[in-house]
This record gives sequence, C-alpha cells and structure tokens, in this order.
Amino acid sequence: MPKDEYQSRDFKVVGTRPIRPDGIDKVTGKARYGADITAPGMLWGAILRSPHAHARIRGIDTSKARAIKGVKAVITRDDFTYQPEDSDMADILDNCMAGETARYDGHAVAAVAATSKSIARAALAAIEVDYEVLPHVTDVDEAMKPGAPVIESGRQQENVPKGYSENVTGRSQYGHGDPEEGFKQADLVIKRSFKTAATHQGYIEPHACLATLGSDGQGDLWVCTQGHYMVRNVCAGVLGLDAGQLRVTASEIGGGFGGKTHVWMEPTALMLARKSGKPVKLMMSRDEVFRATGPTASSSVDVKIGMTKDGKITGAAATYRLQAGAYPGGIAFLSAMCGFAPYDLENVRTEGFEVMTNRPKAAAYRAPGAPMGAYPVESVIDELCQKLDLDPLDARLKNAAREGTKSSYGPTYPAIGLEATLKAAQSHPHWTAPLGPNQGRGVACGFWFNFGGDTCVSLMVNPDGTVSLSEGNPDIGGSRASMSMMAAEELGVPLDQVRTIIADTASLGQNEVTDGSRVTFAVGLATIKAARHAVEIMKERAAMTWGIDPEAVDWRDGAAHPAGPNAGKFPPMTIKEIAAIASNTGGPIAGHHEVNAEGAGVSFATHMVDTEVDPETGAVKVLRYTVFQDAGKAVHPDYVEGQFQGGAAQGIGWAINEEYIYGDDGRLQNAGFLDYRIPVASDLPMIEPVILEIPNPGHPYGVRGVGETSIVPPLAAIANSVSRAAGVRLTSLPMSPPKVLAALKAE
Amino acid sequence: MRFETPTSVDQAVALLAADPEARVLAGGTDLLVRLRAGQVAPSVIIDIKRISEMTVISQEDGGWRIGAAVPSAEMNEHAALKADWPGVVEAADLIGSTQIQGRATLAGNLCNASPAADSVPAMVVAGALARIAGPNGTRDVAVQDIPSGVGKTSLGKGELVTSIYLPPKPAHSGDAYLRFIPRSEMDIAVVGCGVAVALDDQGKISAARVALGAVAPTVILSQSCADTLIGTTGDDAALDALAAAATAEAKPIDDKRGTIAFRKDVAGVLAKRAAKIAIARAKGEA
Repeated sequence: MPKDEYQSRDFKVVGTRPIRPDGIDKVTGKARYGADITAPGMLWGAILRSPHAHARIRGIDTSKARAIKGVKAVITRDDFTYQPEDSDMADILDNCMAGETARYDGHAVAAVAATSKSIARAALAAIEVDYEVLPHVTDVDEAMKPGAPVIESGRQQENVPKGYSENVTGRSQYGHGDPEEGFKQADLVIKRSFKTAATHQGYIEPHACLATLGSDGQGDLWVCTQGHYMVRNVCAGVLGLDAGQLRVTASEIGGGFGGKTHVWMEPTALMLARKSGKPVKLMMSRDEVFRATGPTASSSVDVKIGMTKDGKITGAAATYRLQAGAYPGGIAFLSAMCGFAPYDLENVRTEGFEVMTNRPKAAAYRAPGAPMGAYPVESVIDELCQKLDLDPLDARLKNAAREGTKSSYGPTYPAIGLEATLKAAQSHPHWTAPLGPNQGRGVACGFWFNFGGDTCVSLMVNPDGTVSLSEGNPDIGGSRASMSMMAAEELGVPLDQVRTIIADTASLGQNEVTDGSRVTFAVGLATIKAARHAVEIMKERAAMTWGIDPEAVDWRDGAAHPAGPNAGKFPPMTIKEIAAIASNTGGPIAGHHEVNAEGAGVSFATHMVDTEVDPETGAVKVLRYTVFQDAGKAVHPDYVEGQFQGGAAQGIGWAINEEYIYGDDGRLQNAGFLDYRIPVASDLPMIEPVILEIPNPGHPYGVRGVGETSIVPPLAAIANSVSRAAGVRLTSLPMSPPKVLAALKAE
Repeated sequence: MRFETPTSVDQAVALLAADPEARVLAGGTDLLVRLRAGQVAPSVIIDIKRISEMTVISQEDGGWRIGAAVPSAEMNEHAALKADWPGVVEAADLIGSTQIQGRATLAGNLCNASPAADSVPAMVVAGALARIAGPNGTRDVAVQDIPSGVGKTSLGKGELVTSIYLPPKPAHSGDAYLRFIPRSEMDIAVVGCGVAVALDDQGKISAARVALGAVAPTVILSQSCADTLIGTTGDDAALDALAAAATAEAKPIDDKRGTIAFRKDVAGVLAKRAAKIAIARAKGEA
C-alpha cells in the first residue's frame, strides 16, 4: 500500500530549471567514463567469442596464445574454480564465460590480458577452440515447438503446460472475470497476432571497466554501470569473494536504458586481474555490445478484444510469447501485467510465456516488457475504433482506469493520471490539426509500474555550512541535479550550496540499481528524509546554544528560529552559523536515511503522432509527436521533458527500423549502428512534451518516476498512425520500408 | 605498419608498386574503419593528401578535373562545379555525415568498389573518366570500368586513381542522383539511381544515361532505361516506361537491407523521380 507521504507545499527550488551540475565536464570532455579510467601497469583485456549460434566446446588450446610475448594471462571457464550455488549466479557466470556449450553467436569462450591491445588481439587469434556445432533456434515461435533444439534441459518450471519444448521455461497468468463471456456482450470482437523484433538499448557508451584483484582477496573495480552495488554483489557471488573486500566505483555513464543493469564481463576482468596480478582494463567494441549484451526480447503476441458500439470494452485477452535468450528468465510476465493496465475491465485475462533461444540473454530495456505489452492491445483498440467509427481518445476515456479501479494485474489503483493525459490530449491543438494526403494520426496509452527499493543517502553539513550529499545510484537521468534540488528545498538553502556525488560501494549501504524509474522517487525520498534528519540535529544544536527545548525550534529558510514568542527571543541561527560551531555543540552534523522505499506511484502516458507514408517506397516519416505524461511532480522539468522525448525517440526507432537480424546460420547480421538503425536527429520531429502533475501519494513532494513510461505508447501510437496513413493495418515491427511497401501492395 | 606521405604521383606509384600489401589512403572513411575493425592489415599506408595536384578542383577543356584527395565538402562549396554537375555533387554530399564529408573523396568512393557507393551512379551518367597513374604511365578509363566486383577494381599493380574528370556539360542538359535509405541520413543506399539527360531544340530528350546502384555487384548503366526516355519529352508515359525498365534491369539480392522485390520496385520509383529532376534541370527549371 502506498504510504501517505505527500504534503502539498509551495516549492522554491523544485520545479525550476537550473543548469545541470555535470554539464561542463561532459561538454568539455573532462567527464570520466568507463574507458577513461587507467592504472599504473595496466593490462589490456580482450574476449574471444563464439562464432556459432550453438556449439559444444570440446576443447580450448591456449598454449600458443600464452607463448606470445606480452601476454600475461589467458583464461577459460576452467579458471573459474568457484561454482556458485545460486542458479542465477551460475547462469551469469556461464553467460560471462561459456562452460560446456556456447549458446549464442558472441558468447564468450576465453579471455586474455596483455601489455597492448594489438598483442591481446593476436593472442585471441592464437587460441584454438574445438567446436561441435549443434542445431540452433533463434525464433521464439519455433523455439516453443516440441522437437526444437533445446538450449538447456531441466529448466522448465512446473507452471508450463504440456506440449511445449523445454525451451519454454515459465508461464504466468493475470486478470479477472471471464473474457469469453465478455466477448458475447460485444458488438465487435477483433483477434489479431503481432510480432516485434528484438531491439537494443543503443546506449552510446560501450561497456568498460578496470579491475584489480590481489592475492589478499581485496579488489577494486571501476565500471560503467547502472548499479555498482549490483555489480559488487554479482561479482562476489560469481567469484566467491566477500562483498566487503570488493569495492566498486561507478564511472560517468553514457546511457544504459536497462542494458547496464546486468553483469556481462566484469567477473572476467577481475579473473584476468587475479591471474596476471595487474590491473586489467576491459572494453567492449560496438560489435561485442550488440552480440554479447542483452537486447530486449522479441515478441509474438495474440490479442482478442471485444467492444460495444459505444466503445465499452467488454472482454480482453492476450497471450505473450517472449524470447529470454540463452538463459532462463524473461519478461513476458511483465508484458502480461502491463498490456491492459490502463483500462478498467470486468473481463480480462493475460498469459506470458518465457522462451529460451540461441540469442544473447535478454536484458532490461526501459519499461521491460511493457512496450510489447501495450503495442498489440493498443493496436486492436485502434482498429475497433476505426471499424466502429469511434474517436480513439473518447473510447480510451470511456475505459480508462481511475482511482479505485482494480487493475488487470491485481492491485487497486490509488490516485492516477491516465484520464488527465487523455483529456490533455483531447484539448491539445495537435489533435485537431489538419492532415495531408498519405498522412495519418495515431494515439496510444501506456503504463509502467515504477519502483522504489533499497536506498541509502547520506547528507553531510560541512564546517562552512555547505552540503555534501552522497547517493549510491549512477546518475543516468539527472539524479545529481534533482537530489541537490530536493536537499536544497528541504534545507532551505540555495542550490549552489549543495553538491551531490555518487558514492562507491564502501561508502553507503546497499542500493538497488538505477532501474524501474526509481531514483528520483526513492533516492529523492531518502534525500528528503536525510535532510530532515540533519535539520533535526541542527535544531538540537540551536536549542542547545539558546538553552531551550529542541521542540521549541522551527526550521525555515535555511535557519533555526525560535518556534514562537514563548520559546524566547533569539536571532535565527543559519546553517552556516550552526555548522561553524558544530565541533563545540556535539561534533560534525550529518543526516542519513536508509529505506526500502515503497509507494512508487504508477505512471501513465498518452502519445499522439502524425506520420506520412510514401506509397511508392513504404518509407515512413514522423511529422509531429506529442507526449502527455503524468510526472507526479517534475523536480527538474528539463530532465522530465528529456525523458519524455527520449522514450518517444527510442520508441520511434523500435517502431520503424530497429531490429536484430539473424541469418539462417544463427549469426547476428547487423552488429553495428549502420545496419541497426536507431533514429538520427533528422529522422525526428521536435517531440513536444506535456507534463501533467497528479501527485503520488507515496512521495513527500508527489514525485513519480518518469523515465520508462515514455517508451510504452510509441510502438502502437506509430503503428496506429502508419496504419491510418497507409490504409492497411500493420501488425509486425519494425515497420521498415520493405514491410510497409509489401503491405501496401498486398491491399 | 608504415605510413608514407608521398608528395608526387611518381613517388606514390613507386611505393604502391613496391608492395602488394600497400593501401592508398585518401579520406580514409572506409580504410580506417576497416583497420579498426581488424578487417585489413596493410603493410604500408600511402596517404595521397600531400600530393598537391590531387587536392584541387580545376577547369579543363570545359569540364572539371577533381583531384583524388578532394573531399566532397569542397565540391559542395564549389559553385561552378555544382552548377554544371549538381547530381554528382549532391551524390557525394549524401555520403556519411558532415564530418565524413570533410574527408570522403569521389575517387575513394569509386575505388572502395561498394555496390552501394552513392557517387558512382552519378559519375557514370555524367560520363566521368578516371585518370589512372601506374608504373606504365597514365591512362583514362570510364568510371564504370573501375569497379569489377564487390570490393574489387580493375586497377593493375602499382596503379592508383589520381583524379576524376567530369566532361563539359552538354547544352540543355541536367543530371540528378537519388538513393533510398531507411533513415534520412547517415545511411547506406538500398537502391541508388543516377539520371542524366540532354534536350534538343524542341525540348525532346536527345540523349539520356541511367545508372542503377546497389542492385548488382557493380553499377548498371542501362541502355534500355535510357531508350525509354530518348525521343520523348519525359512525359508520364515515358517515366512509367522508365520505371518499368529500371525495375526489370535491377538484379538485386535479398539481404538485411532490403528484399529483391523491394529493391526492384524502388529502382523504378527512383529512376522516375531522378529523371524528373534531371529533365527539370535540363529545362533550366531547377
């Protein structure tokens, strides 16, 4: 249950748009990213990867590589002598360094550390791997069929019905009511099947780290990640180290979008460091990023929805089949939870199937599972509206979830913002702007849970009265700015008196990774509470100085004040004055807060997009795009708008051009940004963000996470727009020109 | 690996002839990418940008000689060249990004011998000649005869292209190049098409050249496409015939960038659209 944390207030700092504190270093090239960290005596690491989609490793001969001058360590799976008991850890180890079987094109099979990059490359070329190539499967529907090549036997959960390949490892079910009864009440029922391709997060910065690990068991790791505590815990778990002996420091981060919430190679760097006795730097090439880190899942989905003539959804059902890649896991359950989450439905059932294939282990990507959850649902709703001649915003409003609605995935909603986004869309000039020939307008809604989780913040009041704030989450979306702003707001001090840093794993308690759009909410909550803690201490110090009771002290505008006339007449003591004498009033002043933050408010968005389809080539041009999303409270509106725009931009890429393309040989054919086409600036219109603020009851300032919901509606919004522009319903992503042209010609 | 910076064509030829593993570096927009990817490991890299005659655009016998080291950005800012051969300049201007165009060259694009090279169909329809220097002296070759297959050229041992010559622009003529890419820039042609036409005094097309890129191992210079235009005014019927001919002439493959059916269709669409632009330019309308 969300806590009742929210209190209405007038903000001084929160809601303004100050210059970002990391801006100058980033634009002048001084910011240190993963690959910018070096150490004396450092070696260069490199990883040998399987060229086969599926192959048994009969043997690896590293003797020639080890004989090369300058090669200081060569490792294979045999060097990882610690066998984790935990199956998740064992899977991560196997993914970082293949054991008996290479499970996908790009799977690591050996690694080297050498005194130069070119020697490391030569050493990789000298390693001889004896592969026995096995049958492979890279398509989700094929992988589910009995008789499909099995990636790993014995991983199927008991909830999977009979009749499927062992590759189907899990099945989940959600919903309430009886869709079949609902369909009987409908005036129109549409059932369609949809496919989406695997897409990569496309972060600019490839993975990079620098590792040391001595014979004393102490190690340091500098790494580009979304969660250095997670990296520490996983590396310790995989290598059998004590977490306290391994200190992990997060570098600046050049994008992650979920792809850096996992461990792909850091244990390898540590093992190379241990074996060589030297610091080892390991960096992925772009090719390696595509082949060996996780894209999100591809999907195959069936959706059936019934609607009355006046737009009421009477029954809804969906089956989601998603690729987990080479290891068990998967996010089909999230698709099954999110697909119908925007709607108030009497009869809704969804199921999700998690499917192993010979592809890289699927990773989180911005609202994992939700975009492919929403795309088929929102497409069918649009088609129902077309065929029943209904306004697609009216129809969605008619079915919109509200406070008190029992969601399709179980919980009952507190105050939520879906209706507000739909109404804002209706009254926006975009909705009524004229369209030209071959143009269409699409709308779609989207939902994301948002998350809280384990969080620690420390706030130090320095002797000069300035404030140092330590958080444990890499700043991927402006958290240093927003934490400083919330601390300044709470303390009543100017923003420039607060500096926030990302502390290493030895400096704070456990912090959940930067995921689930959790940081502004959860770390913000902890920041506010840490500031309140510091304020309590400062009030005590003032009370001590004045000789009055601490309860008789108020804190406002960055100073302690006597609470009222009865408290005594004392001039206010500013934070600076209190800090200056702290040594004499009890010692240094610091506040801190540790929490498993609950009450992350769910977030909804409505997107509206105009596209034009070239009827002769199938090319799609995005003409206009508007995002309506509930932010709860926008702490720094520039960043919030950036999140809205960024999610839409990634969704545009996913909808129109991005896809993992596999050949019949099971190899990835487009492991680079030339043929894996993320949108370039000229592909995008100015994406207009409209911020709505329906306060989250679970946060003191009403903040909701905003980072992920923005990628949920675009797939369907663009598909609906293109389908209306082209006059034919598109049901497969990406809507690349050959696919659109073929659909046009089939009409 | 050695890096050489000859200052004369003769020096470059001598270096190139001495080592079969030597590679010529002009802009480096293909070579350096391959080097970094580990796809090539030349023993010698011969940078031709210090050879002064290869870095200039000059008028010659009414046409234009473009040095092999001239970046496309310089062509794009050369008003007189652009006025004569806008299709060639625009084709070069499509390659890569602004940064890439500060380096990328016509000759490099030609000798890289990619089927999808943007400038090549445009040069072919312009009737461009490549000047080749080698151990046996200098010769001029039609640009379409340089690429002999995917990544292969007809250049002999020790030979390099030193310049591209665009002939004098015929009276009442125009050229154009269009390509199809899934994005709006920073991409590689899925289909490319160059068209050049000249009109007679009555406004009828008296000469035409049509070249298709990315639909065969090397550029297709299509007489059957040209024939659909010659003798017509470039009316809708002629353009439809051109589109059909281009679709028929294209011999593409299915790959990650497009299907056979898509490329054949789009070859027709681009031929028609490029012809319209070329005709308008010939009439002085564009």
